[in-house]
Amino acid sequence: MFEAVVHGIFLLLGLITVGCVLLITVYLIISGIPAIQKIGLVPFLTGKVWSSTSAEPKYGILPFILTSVYGTAGAIVLGVPIGFLTAVYLSKVAPKKVRTVLEAAVSLLAGIPSVVYGLVGMLVLVPAIRKTFHLPDGASLFAAIIVLAVMILPSIIKVSVTALEAVPHEYEDASLALGATEVETYFRVSVPAAKSGIAAAVVLGVGRAIGEAMAVMMVSGNAPNMPGSIFESVRFLTTAVASEMSYSSGLQRQALFSIALVLYLFILLINAALNFFLKRDKEGN
Amino acid sequence: MKKFLTLALTAVMALSLLTACGSKNDNSADTNTDGSNTETTLSGTVSTDGSTSMEKVINSLGESFMAMNKDVKFTYNPTGSGSGIQAVSEGRCDIGLSSRALKDDEKASGLVETVVALDGIAIVVNPENPVSDLDIDTIAKIYTGEITNWKDVGGNDAEIVLIGREAGSGTRDGFESITDTKDACQYRQELTSTGDVINTVSQNPDAIGYASLSAVGESVKALTVGGVEATEATVKDGSYVVQRPFVLVTKEGTKLSPAAQAFFDYALSADAASIIAAAGAVAAN
Repeated sequence: MFEAVVHGIFLLLGLITVGCVLLITVYLIISGIPAIQKIGLVPFLTGKVWSSTSAEPKYGILPFILTSVYGTAGAIVLGVPIGFLTAVYLSKVAPKKVRTVLEAAVSLLAGIPSVVYGLVGMLVLVPAIRKTFHLPDGASLFAAIIVLAVMILPSIIKVSVTALEAVPHEYEDASLALGATEVETYFRVSVPAAKSGIAAAVVLGVGRAIGEAMAVMMVSGNAPNMPGSIFESVRFLTTAVASEMSYSSGLQRQALFSIALVLYLFILLINAALNFFLKRDKEGN
Repeated sequence: MKKFLTLALTAVMALSLLTACGSKNDNSADTNTDGSNTETTLSGTVSTDGSTSMEKVINSLGESFMAMNKDVKFTYNPTGSGSGIQAVSEGRCDIGLSSRALKDDEKASGLVETVVALDGIAIVVNPENPVSDLDIDTIAKIYTGEITNWKDVGGNDAEIVLIGREAGSGTRDGFESITDTKDACQYRQELTSTGDVINTVSQNPDAIGYASLSAVGESVKALTVGGVEATEATVKDGSYVVQRPFVLVTKEGTKLSPAAQAFFDYALSADAASIIAAAGAVAAN
Protein backbone atom coordinates (compact mmCIF):
# COMPACT_ATOMS: atom_id res chain seq x y z
CA MET A 1 0.00 0.00 0.00
CA PHE A 2 2.69 2.46 1.11
CA GLU A 3 4.75 1.55 -1.95
CA ALA A 4 1.81 2.27 -4.21
CA VAL A 5 1.20 5.68 -2.62
CA VAL A 6 4.84 6.69 -3.01
CA HIS A 7 4.80 5.51 -6.61
CA GLY A 8 1.70 7.55 -7.18
CA ILE A 9 3.30 10.68 -5.72
CA PHE A 10 6.41 10.26 -7.82
CA LEU A 11 4.33 9.75 -10.94
CA LEU A 12 2.40 12.91 -10.15
CA LEU A 13 5.60 14.90 -9.67
CA GLY A 14 6.94 13.54 -12.92
CA LEU A 15 3.77 14.52 -14.70
CA ILE A 16 4.20 18.14 -13.60
CA THR A 17 7.19 18.47 -15.92
CA VAL A 18 5.42 16.74 -18.78
CA GLY A 19 2.37 18.87 -18.15
CA CYS A 20 4.42 22.07 -18.33
CA VAL A 21 6.04 21.07 -21.59
CA LEU A 22 2.66 20.18 -23.07
CA LEU A 23 1.09 23.38 -21.78
CA ILE A 24 3.82 25.56 -23.27
CA THR A 25 3.77 23.69 -26.57
CA VAL A 26 0.02 23.88 -26.96
CA TYR A 27 -0.10 27.50 -25.87
CA LEU A 28 2.66 28.51 -28.27
CA ILE A 29 1.01 26.74 -31.17
CA ILE A 30 -2.43 28.19 -30.43
CA SER A 31 -1.14 31.73 -30.01
CA GLY A 32 1.49 31.50 -32.74
CA ILE A 33 -0.66 30.21 -35.59
CA PRO A 34 -3.18 33.11 -36.04
CA ALA A 35 -0.59 35.71 -37.02
CA ILE A 36 1.07 33.32 -39.45
CA GLN A 37 -2.32 32.73 -41.04
CA LYS A 38 -2.95 36.46 -41.35
CA ILE A 39 0.50 37.35 -42.61
CA GLY A 40 1.05 34.18 -44.62
CA LEU A 41 3.75 31.64 -43.87
CA VAL A 42 6.01 32.55 -46.80
CA PRO A 43 5.92 36.35 -46.34
CA PHE A 44 6.41 35.82 -42.60
CA LEU A 45 9.45 33.56 -42.92
CA THR A 46 11.06 35.18 -45.97
CA GLY A 47 10.10 38.84 -45.56
CA LYS A 48 13.16 41.00 -45.17
CA VAL A 49 11.50 43.95 -43.45
CA TRP A 50 10.19 44.09 -39.91
CA SER A 51 8.39 47.28 -38.97
CA SER A 52 5.63 46.25 -36.65
CA THR A 53 4.33 49.65 -35.61
CA SER A 54 4.46 51.61 -38.86
CA ALA A 55 1.34 52.74 -40.67
CA GLU A 56 1.60 49.74 -42.98
CA PRO A 57 3.16 47.16 -40.74
CA LYS A 58 5.53 44.63 -42.24
CA TYR A 59 6.21 41.35 -40.49
CA GLY A 60 9.16 39.64 -42.13
CA ILE A 61 11.38 37.67 -39.79
CA LEU A 62 14.08 36.50 -42.19
CA PRO A 63 16.55 39.02 -40.68
CA PHE A 64 15.94 37.53 -37.22
CA ILE A 65 16.26 33.94 -38.41
CA LEU A 66 19.51 34.65 -40.28
CA THR A 67 20.90 36.63 -37.36
CA SER A 68 20.15 33.80 -34.96
CA VAL A 69 21.74 31.27 -37.32
CA TYR A 70 24.83 33.43 -38.02
CA GLY A 71 25.21 34.42 -34.40
CA THR A 72 25.01 30.83 -33.20
CA ALA A 73 27.34 29.61 -35.94
CA GLY A 74 29.85 32.34 -35.06
CA ALA A 75 29.70 31.47 -31.39
CA ILE A 76 30.30 27.80 -32.24
CA VAL A 77 33.24 28.63 -34.52
CA LEU A 78 34.86 30.68 -31.75
CA GLY A 79 33.73 28.68 -28.75
CA VAL A 80 34.13 25.05 -29.82
CA PRO A 81 37.89 25.04 -30.48
CA ILE A 82 38.57 26.79 -27.18
CA GLY A 83 36.13 24.63 -25.24
CA PHE A 84 37.19 21.40 -26.87
CA LEU A 85 40.91 21.93 -26.35
CA THR A 86 40.29 23.04 -22.78
CA ALA A 87 38.39 19.81 -22.23
CA VAL A 88 41.23 17.71 -23.64
CA TYR A 89 43.70 19.55 -21.44
CA LEU A 90 41.53 19.22 -18.36
CA SER A 91 40.75 15.55 -18.73
CA LYS A 92 44.13 14.28 -19.95
CA VAL A 93 47.01 16.67 -19.36
CA ALA A 94 46.32 19.06 -16.51
CA PRO A 95 48.00 18.48 -13.13
CA LYS A 96 45.52 17.93 -10.36
CA LYS A 97 45.87 21.38 -8.78
CA VAL A 98 45.51 23.25 -12.06
CA ARG A 99 42.53 21.12 -12.88
CA THR A 100 40.77 21.95 -9.60
CA VAL A 101 41.21 25.66 -10.17
CA LEU A 102 40.16 25.50 -13.82
CA GLU A 103 37.09 23.40 -13.11
CA ALA A 104 35.99 25.79 -10.40
CA ALA A 105 36.39 28.67 -12.84
CA VAL A 106 34.35 26.86 -15.49
CA SER A 107 31.58 26.13 -13.00
CA LEU A 108 31.55 29.75 -11.94
CA LEU A 109 31.35 30.86 -15.58
CA ALA A 110 28.30 28.63 -16.00
CA GLY A 111 26.64 30.22 -13.01
CA ILE A 112 27.01 33.85 -14.05
CA PRO A 113 23.56 35.26 -14.91
CA SER A 114 23.15 36.24 -18.53
CA VAL A 115 22.27 39.82 -17.66
CA VAL A 116 25.74 40.15 -16.17
CA TYR A 117 27.30 38.96 -19.42
CA GLY A 118 25.16 41.54 -21.17
CA LEU A 119 26.15 44.32 -18.81
CA VAL A 120 29.87 43.61 -19.08
CA GLY A 121 29.46 43.28 -22.84
CA MET A 122 27.66 46.60 -23.03
CA LEU A 123 30.09 48.53 -20.86
CA VAL A 124 33.40 46.90 -21.82
CA LEU A 125 33.13 44.89 -25.02
CA VAL A 126 31.01 47.25 -27.13
CA PRO A 127 33.19 50.34 -26.55
CA ALA A 128 36.30 48.18 -27.07
CA ILE A 129 35.03 46.94 -30.43
CA ARG A 130 34.20 50.48 -31.45
CA LYS A 131 37.73 51.68 -30.67
CA THR A 132 39.58 48.65 -32.00
CA PHE A 133 37.90 48.54 -35.37
CA HIS A 134 37.33 52.32 -35.67
CA LEU A 135 33.59 51.90 -36.04
CA PRO A 136 30.97 54.52 -35.33
CA ASP A 137 29.34 52.08 -32.92
CA GLY A 138 30.38 48.77 -31.40
CA ALA A 139 27.01 47.17 -30.77
CA SER A 140 26.92 44.53 -33.48
CA LEU A 141 26.62 40.90 -34.47
CA PHE A 142 30.33 40.55 -33.68
CA ALA A 143 29.83 41.67 -30.09
CA ALA A 144 26.96 39.21 -29.71
CA ILE A 145 29.06 36.37 -31.14
CA ILE A 146 31.85 36.99 -28.64
CA VAL A 147 29.44 37.12 -25.70
CA LEU A 148 27.68 33.96 -26.87
CA ALA A 149 31.00 32.16 -27.42
CA VAL A 150 31.98 32.82 -23.80
CA MET A 151 28.54 31.80 -22.59
CA ILE A 152 28.60 28.41 -24.29
CA LEU A 153 32.11 27.52 -23.09
CA PRO A 154 31.01 25.91 -19.80
CA SER A 155 28.52 23.53 -21.37
CA ILE A 156 30.97 22.51 -24.08
CA ILE A 157 33.84 21.99 -21.63
CA LYS A 158 31.84 20.08 -19.04
CA VAL A 159 30.13 17.67 -21.43
CA SER A 160 33.34 17.10 -23.40
CA VAL A 161 35.32 16.38 -20.24
CA THR A 162 32.74 13.81 -19.18
CA ALA A 163 32.88 12.18 -22.60
CA LEU A 164 36.69 12.09 -22.68
CA GLU A 165 36.90 10.63 -19.20
CA ALA A 166 34.51 7.85 -20.16
CA VAL A 167 37.04 6.57 -22.72
CA PRO A 168 38.45 3.29 -21.26
CA HIS A 169 42.06 3.58 -20.07
CA GLU A 170 42.96 0.38 -21.91
CA TYR A 171 42.58 2.18 -25.26
CA GLU A 172 45.08 4.83 -24.26
CA ASP A 173 47.45 2.38 -22.62
CA ALA A 174 47.42 0.23 -25.73
CA SER A 175 48.14 3.22 -27.92
CA LEU A 176 51.01 4.34 -25.71
CA ALA A 177 52.40 0.79 -25.57
CA LEU A 178 52.45 0.73 -29.36
CA GLY A 179 54.78 3.72 -29.28
CA ALA A 180 52.41 6.60 -29.97
CA THR A 181 53.23 9.84 -28.17
CA GLU A 182 50.83 11.23 -25.62
CA VAL A 183 49.50 13.93 -27.94
CA GLU A 184 49.00 11.37 -30.70
CA THR A 185 47.12 9.19 -28.26
CA TYR A 186 44.80 12.00 -27.14
CA PHE A 187 43.86 13.11 -30.61
CA ARG A 188 43.93 9.80 -32.48
CA VAL A 189 42.49 7.52 -29.80
CA SER A 190 40.72 9.36 -26.98
CA VAL A 191 38.98 12.01 -29.03
CA PRO A 192 37.62 9.67 -31.72
CA ALA A 193 36.35 7.34 -29.00
CA ALA A 194 34.52 10.23 -27.38
CA LYS A 195 33.30 11.86 -30.54
CA SER A 196 29.56 11.34 -29.92
CA GLY A 197 29.82 12.95 -26.51
CA ILE A 198 31.76 15.86 -27.95
CA ALA A 199 29.15 16.27 -30.69
CA ALA A 200 26.50 16.34 -27.97
CA ALA A 201 28.49 19.08 -26.25
CA VAL A 202 28.49 21.15 -29.42
CA VAL A 203 24.74 20.69 -29.89
CA LEU A 204 24.18 21.72 -26.28
CA GLY A 205 26.21 24.85 -26.99
CA VAL A 206 24.09 25.58 -30.05
CA GLY A 207 20.97 25.25 -27.92
CA ARG A 208 22.29 27.63 -25.31
CA ALA A 209 23.41 30.16 -27.90
CA ILE A 210 20.23 30.22 -29.94
CA GLY A 211 18.02 30.56 -26.87
CA GLU A 212 19.93 33.38 -25.19
CA ALA A 213 18.05 36.67 -25.11
CA MET A 214 19.14 39.03 -22.37
CA ALA A 215 22.85 39.18 -23.02
CA VAL A 216 22.59 39.55 -26.79
CA MET A 217 19.86 42.16 -26.47
CA MET A 218 22.29 44.38 -24.61
CA VAL A 219 25.17 44.12 -27.07
CA SER A 220 23.70 43.53 -30.53
CA GLY A 221 22.15 46.96 -31.12
CA ASN A 222 18.77 45.44 -31.76
CA ALA A 223 17.94 47.18 -35.04
CA PRO A 224 16.02 44.80 -37.35
CA ASN A 225 18.59 44.87 -40.16
CA MET A 226 19.36 42.01 -42.52
CA PRO A 227 22.72 40.74 -41.23
CA GLY A 228 25.20 41.96 -43.83
CA SER A 229 28.50 42.69 -42.16
CA ILE A 230 29.34 41.33 -38.72
CA PHE A 231 29.81 44.91 -37.53
CA GLU A 232 26.22 45.83 -38.14
CA SER A 233 23.48 46.18 -35.58
CA VAL A 234 21.17 43.16 -35.67
CA ARG A 235 18.23 41.58 -33.88
CA PHE A 236 17.97 37.91 -32.89
CA LEU A 237 14.78 35.80 -32.77
CA THR A 238 14.86 35.85 -28.99
CA THR A 239 15.41 39.58 -28.71
CA ALA A 240 12.72 40.30 -31.29
CA VAL A 241 10.22 38.75 -28.91
CA ALA A 242 11.69 40.21 -25.74
CA SER A 243 12.17 43.78 -26.91
CA GLU A 244 8.69 44.44 -28.26
CA MET A 245 6.54 42.29 -26.01
CA SER A 246 5.97 44.82 -23.25
CA TYR A 247 4.10 47.38 -25.34
CA SER A 248 2.77 45.25 -28.16
CA SER A 249 -0.85 44.86 -29.10
CA GLY A 250 -3.03 43.24 -31.77
CA LEU A 251 -1.35 41.59 -34.74
CA GLN A 252 2.07 42.78 -33.55
CA ARG A 253 1.65 40.78 -30.35
CA GLN A 254 0.40 37.74 -32.21
CA ALA A 255 3.36 37.98 -34.57
CA LEU A 256 5.70 37.98 -31.57
CA PHE A 257 4.14 34.69 -30.47
CA SER A 258 4.71 33.37 -33.98
CA ILE A 259 8.39 34.30 -33.68
CA ALA A 260 8.47 32.44 -30.38
CA LEU A 261 6.93 29.45 -32.14
CA VAL A 262 9.64 29.52 -34.83
CA LEU A 263 12.28 29.72 -32.11
CA TYR A 264 10.63 26.81 -30.33
CA LEU A 265 10.79 24.71 -33.48
CA PHE A 266 14.51 25.49 -33.74
CA ILE A 267 15.00 24.33 -30.15
CA LEU A 268 13.01 21.14 -30.82
CA LEU A 269 15.27 20.38 -33.78
CA ILE A 270 18.35 20.95 -31.65
CA ASN A 271 17.00 18.72 -28.89
CA ALA A 272 16.26 16.00 -31.44
CA ALA A 273 19.85 16.27 -32.67
CA LEU A 274 21.11 16.08 -29.10
CA ASN A 275 19.06 12.95 -28.41
CA PHE A 276 20.39 11.40 -31.59
CA PHE A 277 24.02 11.94 -30.55
CA LEU A 278 23.46 10.79 -26.98
CA LYS A 279 21.70 7.65 -28.13
CA ARG A 280 24.47 6.84 -30.58
CA ASP A 281 26.95 7.41 -27.76
CA LYS A 282 25.22 4.82 -25.59
CA GLU A 283 24.99 2.28 -28.37
CA GLY A 284 28.63 2.90 -29.29
CA ASN A 285 29.81 1.93 -25.83
CA MET B 1 14.56 24.24 -22.14
CA LYS B 2 14.86 23.18 -18.54
CA LYS B 3 15.91 26.67 -17.55
CA PHE B 4 12.91 28.11 -19.30
CA LEU B 5 10.55 25.78 -17.51
CA THR B 6 12.01 26.54 -14.10
CA LEU B 7 11.65 30.21 -14.86
CA ALA B 8 8.08 29.88 -16.01
CA LEU B 9 7.19 27.86 -12.94
CA THR B 10 8.85 30.31 -10.59
CA ALA B 11 7.03 33.16 -12.29
CA VAL B 12 3.69 31.44 -11.92
CA MET B 13 4.34 30.70 -8.27
CA ALA B 14 5.55 34.23 -7.58
CA LEU B 15 2.48 35.67 -9.28
CA SER B 16 0.06 33.50 -7.37
CA LEU B 17 1.81 34.52 -4.16
CA LEU B 18 1.52 38.16 -5.09
CA THR B 19 -2.16 37.98 -5.92
CA ALA B 20 -2.81 36.11 -2.72
CA CYS B 21 -1.02 38.76 -0.67
CA GLY B 22 -2.63 41.54 -2.63
CA SER B 23 -6.17 40.43 -2.02
CA LYS B 24 -5.50 39.85 1.64
CA ASN B 25 -4.08 43.34 2.07
CA ASP B 26 -7.01 44.87 0.25
CA ASN B 27 -9.45 43.19 2.58
CA SER B 28 -7.74 44.33 5.74
CA ALA B 29 -7.31 47.85 4.39
CA ASP B 30 -10.98 47.91 3.52
CA THR B 31 -12.09 47.23 7.04
CA ASN B 32 -9.67 49.84 8.31
CA THR B 33 -10.96 52.63 6.14
CA ASP B 34 -14.55 51.63 6.78
CA GLY B 35 -13.92 51.96 10.47
CA SER B 36 -11.99 55.22 10.49
CA ASN B 37 -13.16 57.13 7.44
CA THR B 38 -16.19 59.28 8.06
CA GLU B 39 -16.34 60.77 4.55
CA THR B 40 -18.77 59.29 2.09
CA THR B 41 -16.83 56.60 0.23
CA LEU B 42 -16.83 56.61 -3.53
CA SER B 43 -17.67 53.47 -5.36
CA GLY B 44 -18.07 52.38 -8.93
CA THR B 45 -15.66 52.15 -11.80
CA VAL B 46 -13.52 54.61 -13.70
CA SER B 47 -12.74 53.36 -17.17
CA THR B 48 -10.07 54.98 -19.29
CA ASP B 49 -9.14 54.07 -22.83
CA GLY B 50 -6.50 55.33 -25.23
CA SER B 51 -2.87 56.33 -25.63
CA THR B 52 -0.27 53.67 -24.90
CA SER B 53 2.30 56.41 -24.27
CA MET B 54 0.31 57.55 -21.26
CA GLU B 55 0.44 54.09 -19.72
CA LYS B 56 2.94 54.98 -17.01
CA VAL B 57 1.32 58.26 -16.04
CA ILE B 58 -2.25 57.00 -16.06
CA ASN B 59 -1.47 53.75 -14.29
CA SER B 60 0.38 55.47 -11.48
CA LEU B 61 -2.46 57.96 -11.12
CA GLY B 62 -4.97 55.11 -11.15
CA GLU B 63 -3.06 53.15 -8.54
CA SER B 64 -2.80 56.02 -6.10
CA PHE B 65 -6.42 56.95 -6.74
CA MET B 66 -7.52 53.41 -5.95
CA ALA B 67 -5.35 53.41 -2.85
CA MET B 68 -7.31 56.39 -1.59
CA ASN B 69 -10.71 55.10 -2.70
CA LYS B 70 -10.86 51.42 -1.93
CA ASP B 71 -14.24 50.81 -3.52
CA VAL B 72 -13.41 52.34 -6.87
CA LYS B 73 -12.22 50.11 -9.64
CA PHE B 74 -9.93 51.84 -12.10
CA THR B 75 -9.39 50.36 -15.55
CA TYR B 76 -7.09 51.38 -18.35
CA ASN B 77 -7.32 49.99 -21.84
CA PRO B 78 -4.18 50.73 -23.87
CA THR B 79 -5.51 51.03 -27.41
CA GLY B 80 -3.89 54.16 -28.81
CA SER B 81 -4.94 57.81 -28.89
CA GLY B 82 -7.24 57.46 -31.88
CA SER B 83 -9.17 54.53 -30.42
CA GLY B 84 -9.40 56.26 -27.05
CA ILE B 85 -10.95 59.37 -28.58
CA GLN B 86 -13.36 57.20 -30.53
CA ALA B 87 -14.25 55.22 -27.41
CA VAL B 88 -15.14 58.29 -25.37
CA SER B 89 -17.20 59.80 -28.19
CA GLU B 90 -19.15 56.55 -28.41
CA GLY B 91 -19.57 56.43 -24.64
CA ARG B 92 -17.60 53.20 -24.25
CA CYS B 93 -15.40 54.65 -21.53
CA ASP B 94 -15.50 57.45 -18.98
CA ILE B 95 -12.34 59.26 -19.94
CA GLY B 96 -10.44 59.02 -23.21
CA LEU B 97 -6.66 59.36 -23.23
CA SER B 98 -4.83 61.06 -26.03
CA SER B 99 -1.15 61.88 -26.36
CA ARG B 100 -1.86 64.58 -28.93
CA ALA B 101 -4.07 67.65 -28.87
CA LEU B 102 -7.55 67.13 -30.26
CA LYS B 103 -8.10 68.07 -33.89
CA ASP B 104 -10.59 70.80 -34.74
CA ASP B 105 -13.17 68.40 -36.11
CA GLU B 106 -12.92 66.29 -32.98
CA LYS B 107 -13.55 69.38 -30.87
CA ALA B 108 -16.44 70.31 -33.15
CA SER B 109 -18.02 66.92 -32.52
CA GLY B 110 -18.39 67.83 -28.85
CA LEU B 111 -15.22 66.47 -27.27
CA VAL B 112 -13.40 68.47 -24.62
CA GLU B 113 -9.67 68.24 -24.00
CA THR B 114 -8.03 68.77 -20.64
CA VAL B 115 -4.26 68.66 -20.58
CA VAL B 116 -3.19 66.61 -17.58
CA ALA B 117 0.54 66.48 -18.24
CA LEU B 118 3.24 67.40 -20.72
CA ASP B 119 5.67 64.89 -22.07
CA GLY B 120 9.03 66.56 -22.64
CA ILE B 121 11.63 64.53 -24.51
CA ALA B 122 15.28 65.48 -24.11
CA ILE B 123 17.69 65.03 -27.00
CA VAL B 124 20.91 63.75 -25.50
CA VAL B 125 24.49 63.48 -26.76
CA ASN B 126 27.79 62.49 -25.23
CA PRO B 127 29.33 65.19 -22.99
CA GLU B 128 32.44 65.16 -25.23
CA ASN B 129 30.36 66.22 -28.22
CA PRO B 130 30.99 69.91 -29.09
CA VAL B 131 27.50 70.28 -30.57
CA SER B 132 25.12 71.70 -28.00
CA ASP B 133 22.23 73.08 -30.02
CA LEU B 134 20.14 71.73 -32.89
CA ASP B 135 16.81 72.84 -34.22
CA ILE B 136 13.97 70.42 -34.65
CA ASP B 137 14.28 70.18 -38.45
CA THR B 138 17.94 69.27 -38.15
CA ILE B 139 17.09 66.63 -35.56
CA ALA B 140 14.54 65.17 -37.95
CA LYS B 141 17.08 65.20 -40.78
CA ILE B 142 19.64 63.46 -38.58
CA TYR B 143 17.20 60.75 -37.56
CA THR B 144 15.95 60.10 -41.09
CA GLY B 145 19.52 59.71 -42.31
CA GLU B 146 19.68 62.90 -44.39
CA ILE B 147 22.52 64.22 -42.26
CA THR B 148 24.94 61.47 -41.27
CA ASN B 149 28.05 63.31 -40.10
CA TRP B 150 28.47 65.54 -37.07
CA LYS B 151 30.61 67.98 -39.08
CA ASP B 152 27.51 69.02 -41.05
CA VAL B 153 25.99 70.40 -37.87
CA GLY B 154 29.15 71.98 -36.47
CA GLY B 155 30.68 68.98 -34.71
CA ASN B 156 33.63 66.66 -35.27
CA ASP B 157 34.13 64.72 -38.48
CA ALA B 158 32.43 61.55 -37.28
CA GLU B 159 29.47 59.46 -38.28
CA ILE B 160 26.34 60.13 -36.22
CA VAL B 161 25.18 57.06 -34.32
CA LEU B 162 21.42 57.09 -33.90
CA ILE B 163 20.15 55.57 -30.70
CA GLY B 164 16.42 55.02 -30.30
CA ARG B 165 13.82 52.99 -28.48
CA GLU B 166 12.04 49.81 -29.52
CA ALA B 167 8.87 49.84 -31.61
CA GLY B 168 5.87 50.41 -29.38
CA SER B 169 7.72 52.53 -26.84
CA GLY B 170 5.85 55.66 -25.83
CA THR B 171 8.99 57.78 -25.92
CA ARG B 172 9.75 56.63 -29.46
CA ASP B 173 6.19 57.28 -30.52
CA GLY B 174 6.36 60.74 -28.95
CA PHE B 175 9.71 61.62 -30.48
CA GLU B 176 8.77 60.42 -33.94
CA SER B 177 5.42 62.18 -33.96
CA ILE B 178 6.88 65.48 -32.71
CA THR B 179 9.73 65.45 -35.23
CA ASP B 180 7.45 64.03 -37.91
CA THR B 181 9.79 61.13 -38.61
CA LYS B 182 7.35 58.28 -38.10
CA ASP B 183 8.61 55.01 -39.61
CA ALA B 184 11.51 56.88 -41.22
CA CYS B 185 14.17 56.73 -38.52
CA GLN B 186 17.37 54.91 -39.42
CA TYR B 187 18.24 53.62 -35.98
CA ARG B 188 21.64 52.11 -35.37
CA GLN B 189 20.47 50.75 -32.02
CA GLU B 190 16.99 50.16 -30.70
CA LEU B 191 17.22 49.80 -26.96
CA THR B 192 14.50 48.70 -24.61
CA SER B 193 14.86 51.12 -21.75
CA THR B 194 15.62 54.74 -21.04
CA GLY B 195 18.55 53.68 -18.90
CA ASP B 196 20.10 51.75 -21.78
CA VAL B 197 19.78 54.77 -24.06
CA ILE B 198 21.47 57.06 -21.54
CA ASN B 199 24.16 54.47 -20.89
CA THR B 200 24.93 53.92 -24.55
CA VAL B 201 25.03 57.63 -25.34
CA SER B 202 27.34 58.23 -22.39
CA GLN B 203 29.70 55.56 -23.76
CA ASN B 204 29.84 56.65 -27.39
CA PRO B 205 31.13 60.14 -28.26
CA ASP B 206 29.27 60.13 -31.58
CA ALA B 207 25.89 58.95 -30.38
CA ILE B 208 22.64 60.88 -30.17
CA GLY B 209 19.56 59.62 -28.39
CA TYR B 210 16.31 60.69 -26.84
CA ALA B 211 14.87 60.06 -23.41
CA SER B 212 12.26 61.32 -21.03
CA LEU B 213 13.24 64.63 -19.54
CA SER B 214 13.15 63.25 -16.01
CA ALA B 215 15.69 60.55 -16.82
CA VAL B 216 18.51 62.80 -18.01
CA GLY B 217 21.39 62.94 -15.58
CA GLU B 218 25.02 64.00 -15.44
CA SER B 219 26.41 61.31 -17.72
CA VAL B 220 24.95 62.78 -20.90
CA LYS B 221 24.43 66.26 -22.30
CA ALA B 222 20.91 67.40 -23.15
CA LEU B 223 20.91 69.54 -26.28
CA THR B 224 19.13 72.84 -26.42
CA VAL B 225 16.56 72.72 -29.19
CA GLY B 226 16.37 75.95 -31.19
CA GLY B 227 18.27 77.63 -28.35
CA VAL B 228 15.85 76.54 -25.64
CA GLU B 229 17.07 74.38 -22.81
CA ALA B 230 15.00 71.35 -21.84
CA THR B 231 13.71 71.97 -18.36
CA GLU B 232 10.41 71.54 -16.62
CA ALA B 233 9.77 75.27 -16.91
CA THR B 234 10.42 75.49 -20.65
CA VAL B 235 8.25 72.44 -21.26
CA LYS B 236 5.47 74.01 -19.23
CA ASP B 237 5.55 77.38 -21.01
CA GLY B 238 5.79 75.68 -24.38
CA SER B 239 9.10 77.20 -25.51
CA TYR B 240 10.81 73.79 -25.55
CA VAL B 241 9.28 72.22 -28.63
CA VAL B 242 10.11 68.53 -28.28
CA GLN B 243 7.04 67.91 -26.18
CA ARG B 244 3.46 66.84 -26.54
CA PRO B 245 0.41 67.05 -24.32
CA PHE B 246 -1.17 64.16 -22.45
CA VAL B 247 -4.86 64.87 -22.76
CA LEU B 248 -7.91 63.66 -20.87
CA VAL B 249 -10.79 63.61 -23.34
CA THR B 250 -14.37 63.96 -22.16
CA LYS B 251 -17.63 64.52 -23.94
CA GLU B 252 -19.38 67.84 -23.64
CA GLY B 253 -22.80 67.61 -22.00
CA THR B 254 -22.20 64.11 -20.64
CA LYS B 255 -21.88 64.18 -16.89
CA LEU B 256 -19.13 61.99 -15.50
CA SER B 257 -20.02 59.46 -12.83
CA PRO B 258 -19.03 60.63 -9.32
CA ALA B 259 -16.10 58.24 -9.30
CA ALA B 260 -14.89 59.33 -12.73
CA GLN B 261 -15.29 62.99 -11.80
CA ALA B 262 -13.30 62.41 -8.64
CA PHE B 263 -10.51 60.79 -10.63
CA PHE B 264 -10.59 63.61 -13.18
CA ASP B 265 -10.23 66.20 -10.42
CA TYR B 266 -7.56 64.15 -8.71
CA ALA B 267 -5.49 63.87 -11.89
CA LEU B 268 -5.47 67.66 -12.21
CA SER B 269 -4.83 68.34 -8.53
CA ALA B 270 -1.55 69.44 -7.00
CA ASP B 271 -1.32 66.08 -5.20
CA ALA B 272 -1.06 64.28 -8.51
CA ALA B 273 1.81 66.45 -9.76
CA SER B 274 4.50 64.49 -7.94
CA ILE B 275 3.05 61.21 -9.17
CA ILE B 276 3.05 62.51 -12.74
CA ALA B 277 6.62 63.68 -12.31
CA ALA B 278 7.64 60.26 -10.98
CA ALA B 279 6.11 58.71 -14.09
CA GLY B 280 8.39 60.82 -16.27
CA ALA B 281 6.13 63.68 -17.37
CA VAL B 282 5.57 67.28 -16.33
CA ALA B 283 2.29 68.00 -14.60
CA ALA B 284 0.24 70.64 -16.37
CA ASN B 285 -1.01 72.25 -13.17
